[in-house]
Amino acid sequence: MNYPTRIMLHLRLKKSLKVTAAVLLSALLGACANEPEDESVITVYTARNEHLIKPLFDRYTEETGVKIRYITDSAGPLLARLKAEGEGTPADLFVTVDAGYLWQASNEGVLQPIESQTLTTNIPESYRSSENDWVGLSLRARTIIYSTDRVDPASLSTYEALADEDWNGRLCLRTSKKVYNQSLVATMIKTLGEEETESLVAGWVNNLATSPFSNDNKAMEAVVAGLCDATVVNTYYFGRMKKENPDLPLAIFWPNQQDRGVHVNVSGAGVTKHAKNPEGAKAFLEWLSEPEAQYLFAESNQEYPVNPSVEASEEVKSWGDFKADSVNVEAAGRLQADAIRLMDRVGYQ
Amino acid sequence: MSNPEVAIPRATDVKTRIIKPGFWWRFPTYFVAALVILPLSVIVLSWLTPEPEIWAHLLDTQLARLLKNTAVLMVGVGVVVAVIGVALAWLVAACEFPGRKWLDWGLMLPLAIPPYVLAFVFLGLLDYAGPINTWLRETVGLARGIGDVRTAPGVIVVMSLVLYPYVYMLARSAFVGQGRELMDAARSLGASPARAFFKVALPMARPAIAAGMALALMETLADFGAVSVFNFDTFTTAIYKSWFGFFSLPAAAQLASLLLLFVLLGVWAEQQARSRGRNQSRRAQYDRYRLTGVKAFAATGFCALIFLIAFAIPIGQLVVWTLGHLNDIDSRYWGFVKNSLVLAVLAAVTSVFLALLVGYGRRQSPVNGLSFWMRIASLGYALPGSVLAVGILLVFTLLENNLLAPVKNWLGLNQILVGSLAALILAYVIRFFSVAVGPVQSSLDMIRPSYQEVAQTLGVGKFQILRQVYLPLLRPGLLTAALLVLVDTLKEMPATLILRPFGWDTLAVRVFEMTAEGQWQRAALPAVTLVLVSIIPVVMMIRRSNRD
Repeated sequence: MNYPTRIMLHLRLKKSLKVTAAVLLSALLGACANEPEDESVITVYTARNEHLIKPLFDRYTEETGVKIRYITDSAGPLLARLKAEGEGTPADLFVTVDAGYLWQASNEGVLQPIESQTLTTNIPESYRSSENDWVGLSLRARTIIYSTDRVDPASLSTYEALADEDWNGRLCLRTSKKVYNQSLVATMIKTLGEEETESLVAGWVNNLATSPFSNDNKAMEAVVAGLCDATVVNTYYFGRMKKENPDLPLAIFWPNQQDRGVHVNVSGAGVTKHAKNPEGAKAFLEWLSEPEAQYLFAESNQEYPVNPSVEASEEVKSWGDFKADSVNVEAAGRLQADAIRLMDRVGYQ
Repeated sequence: MSNPEVAIPRATDVKTRIIKPGFWWRFPTYFVAALVILPLSVIVLSWLTPEPEIWAHLLDTQLARLLKNTAVLMVGVGVVVAVIGVALAWLVAACEFPGRKWLDWGLMLPLAIPPYVLAFVFLGLLDYAGPINTWLRETVGLARGIGDVRTAPGVIVVMSLVLYPYVYMLARSAFVGQGRELMDAARSLGASPARAFFKVALPMARPAIAAGMALALMETLADFGAVSVFNFDTFTTAIYKSWFGFFSLPAAAQLASLLLLFVLLGVWAEQQARSRGRNQSRRAQYDRYRLTGVKAFAATGFCALIFLIAFAIPIGQLVVWTLGHLNDIDSRYWGFVKNSLVLAVLAAVTSVFLALLVGYGRRQSPVNGLSFWMRIASLGYALPGSVLAVGILLVFTLLENNLLAPVKNWLGLNQILVGSLAALILAYVIRFFSVAVGPVQSSLDMIRPSYQEVAQTLGVGKFQILRQVYLPLLRPGLLTAALLVLVDTLKEMPATLILRPFGWDTLAVRVFEMTAEGQWQRAALPAVTLVLVSIIPVVMMIRRSNRD
């Protein structure tokens, strides 16, 4: 190799050193390293299961050409990651399956307010953050499921009534460690006060036929098997079981119709504070709140659309209309720790 | 040595003139220890953020019960894995009975089943509404069937069935290594077979048994998945409650650091057991006791029973559930399998490489305290996965935002470490280093120092000794270590979830997707695939160990 060639090579090497280093590093450190800064990618951290949200991602990409990349995990670790990453986070949108974590994300300052006429029109106030930094996208009613063999629906009335003596040994519940129960109790603390809630949760625990279950399905299976006569679950679990076995001797009861209404939680989302593509994330959120996406979002999991102009699926509608608790779901987050302490005190495991 | 007339240069004289021999070889240990200590120190530093309210609440309402449950679980699992593991290992290693060859490797297979998967299969089969209890109630007429299995004994059984293979595997090779001569000697001196076993074979295998039990107990202590399926509250429950319920990562980390104290105690105890045991050299063939009649029948029956309830029945149930959700299989499934395998292989290779450097380094540089650091390097295994994962995440983001900030800016990237493949592999190494270091260490212990001394007198360098003397002799141990890490990585869930790069979904991630919303039966497909993929390394491990 002659001298000038070597110099040329050296210069070219030097010039491309940065490029080479970048390429090598990204190869070594994985695909994520090449940050897509352009408008056409939205990055989502989602606690909503992939199979319940990916169809909507795909649909959005199909309609708008905007690509969506995501990772799934439980809300807790995702929130921890968001906080740790700070300004460097690639996430534009944070999706959860309950209001408590949305409130917490807002409280920890990892979300940013979004001004959007579309969102305020499409989503009722009780399912939005008062700080405008997150919105609900679907509703999940947590209601009473009873055995049609052994329970006269006329004997059912309220969540509170399940604490009465005549339910002794007839109730099954899911564990208090599940956030859905924590939100239910938190909203009860909000309306009934701590003292009354504590005595009625103690009544539930007293009426348990067996120790609490790790999930809603197990609780319903126990009702079917005759271990107990009623339980409290999210309606979509009931819908799933009925779909697989339409003859199950189980039915839905909507409690507290004379007073505050059925406890409702949300699956929702907020734009992250350090989003690299906040406009894209906002546009996607708005799209999700529109009728077409709303129907799909709720239908995929037999939930209720949050947009009141959209009807639920036929299957879900067949469970009947109900009055929902109008307390703002933020209470679920704000009072979650109080709810857990209360349940721990009365020995609800 | 004590002869005063022989002039031996005193160690201190040598030290003043040259660097201690093997000085540099202690650094691999320090390096791995530092890797593990960084996330651990984040966890320990949580004490800087006191959480008196949460602590007061937990002390008032929870801790006594949780500690009791944890203690019961540890003792229960410890006893059961020791008894089952040693009994099976002895039968398979020292006795000949019908079906032994099959059961020999079949009994290793439960290692491929993640604890949370066995837990949900067992609950599906055995809870009140499950098929067995329904049959007992409706056909046999037992009012409450076999009763509630969501209790301490139920959890102990499930944890023991997935964890006994650690004891079985290590005890089995210890028994095979002992050879039969010592047992025969004891018998010829008048000891009964039982006495010979308890006085000779068992004590000699103690280090191996202790190592197996240590792995099983660390995994039990850190488990959250299986116990939460049973809604059985243990110490990890308090950790998760503080984090996910009270939104306090510091309180969760404080509790986790207490868990570390327990583990240190356990590690110390294992160390004691190990050092009192004796090392053996390898034997090629074991002349097995031939069992006949009732004894042979009982041996086959016992081994087959364990195989059935720990593996065959659970897999059967998973397959039945899978058949109901076959349309979940799509082209992406091959991607999940590929991702799982790529991650597992990378993690296994890296962990074993480091374990080898550390193990060899410890031989070259026999300084005090090195084994302490090696123990520290093994602590990652005993922390609940999510807590360790978040510790790692915090350290990586810290590094990225400070030390690596110039590199990041130079390249114009927002992130270079978090969300990268390298970070995930590092996390696996931190978590599973202790799994790799065990087998590597014990096969190193079997190499006589004289081999090295001979090589050194011939003027061969340290690296060349490692390559030409050690590696060939170590190959079986290294392979075992690699395969163990491979299986553990395949099953790993929390760190994979939080640290995986975009698009790197694995089979364990699929299991999470389904179980997160209680769809256990839909989780059967990824679970059974995960088990089948994990069987490959398990079978390789067995075939290898049968060859030598």
